[in-house]
Amino acid sequence: MPAAESFRDPELARALVGRIRALAGRLGRPTAFMEVCGTHTVAIARSGLEGLLPEGLRLVSGPGCPVCVTPQGEIERAVAAAALPGVALVTFGDMLRVPARGGSLETARSAGGDVRMAYSPREALEMARAEPGRQFIFVGVGFETTIPAFAATVLEARGSGVGNFSVLPGFRLVPPALAAVLASGPALDGFILPGHVSAILGTEPYEVIPASGRAAVVAGFEPLDLLLGVEMLLAQLAEGRPRVEIAYRRAVRPEGNPQARRLTELVFEPADAVWRGIGTLPASGLAFRSEFRDFDAAARFGLPTPEVPEPDGCRCGEVLTGHVTPRDCPLFGNVCTPEDPVGPCMVSSEGCCAARYRYGPEGASAGRSGR
Amino acid sequence: MCLAVPGKISAIEGRNGTVDYGGGLTRKAALDLVPDAVVGDYVLVHAGYAITRIDQDEAEETLKLIREMGHPDAGG
Ligand code: SF4
Repeated sequence: MPAAESFRDPELARALVGRIRALAGRLGRPTAFMEVCGTHTVAIARSGLEGLLPEGLRLVSGPGCPVCVTPQGEIERAVAAAALPGVALVTFGDMLRVPARGGSLETARSAGGDVRMAYSPREALEMARAEPGRQFIFVGVGFETTIPAFAATVLEARGSGVGNFSVLPGFRLVPPALAAVLASGPALDGFILPGHVSAILGTEPYEVIPASGRAAVVAGFEPLDLLLGVEMLLAQLAEGRPRVEIAYRRAVRPEGNPQARRLTELVFEPADAVWRGIGTLPASGLAFRSEFRDFDAAARFGLPTPEVPEPDGCRCGEVLTGHVTPRDCPLFGNVCTPEDPVGPCMVSSEGCCAARYRYGPEGASAGRSGR
Repeated sequence: MCLAVPGKISAIEGRNGTVDYGGGLTRKAALDLVPDAVVGDYVLVHAGYAITRIDQDEAEETLKLIREMGHPDAGG
């Protein structure tokens, strides 16, 4: 196969950078593109890609980091679940360190709570099968990429009559967040759309972007994938014909993955959800359909979600909607660091403040010198 | 969190595939979301589930397109 390495070829990268420079020159005006996905944010920061782009071409991070947008109240709900007797709380590793009032899941674990890590909801189902005397609750976070895995696991649990497995639903949907970004009117010329969310969704939900006059390209995660995405965005602008295109055709079909969407729709229905730093967005989350209520850990164990105000001074909301960059936040790098985060964008490794801090030119050293 | 890892399906048993990630690393992945996948297909695996097939022809096409961008006169 053309291994992932083929999409890291430095010579081909140079060719693409040449094209990007030529197109940017032809456009002759500053441009800004938002990369919606947190995995893109990290890939861009790590590859140093921004240093290759012509001056006047900016990449801005978006709301696509599931851990970052999980409200503190939902973290506290998970911590409360971990304290229930006879319960094992299972979570993806990224959630362990997110701080909440009274501590993180990691704190709960050191205090003797049964908190376990897993890569897949299916692993938790296996644990539940192996220990039928214990209740296993999975902290369900993630976007469209991750949600079908939960749907399939719940269907499997129901099919095989596993009664000690449930999910705390904290899922979020990308298109409503994009709509919120568009409605907030940021100065953006186009969107680098999330590759793996789009592998599930396809391109149809993004048609609102060209309708707003902005360019849109679904991109993959290797350096060439990202450069090709930027090149195609610029070409759309140069032609004056914004549309939704795919630069990641090996993984993304225009129709997405209908089977994954079908399973999701069997188990879940849209529900309003709170996005940390942004607020409540209509139909931007998922709730269990009534036939699957038994698998909703919040209902099964009566776990409320407390409302928790955002920390003072944190500009995550504006960062996540592309209005300011992390360096515009006075707390960045001095008061707020990955070791001692103030806001959600600094908490997850995929948060834009954390990525900037780790890899960005304005990160670590520059941030500490308080510029 | 949307990271997905590419690998090749080396065996299928019911809804479970064995996915070879290269370098001697194989793991099970559920195939519920890619019901048409067959042994020999490349897939992207996320949270224990294959979420999409990787189309080898499309991968080649994309690389060819990029190559031609580097040589705009070479018949592109
Ligand atoms: S640097 Fe910290 S406080 Fe400032 S916006 Fe980012 S996460 Fe919030």
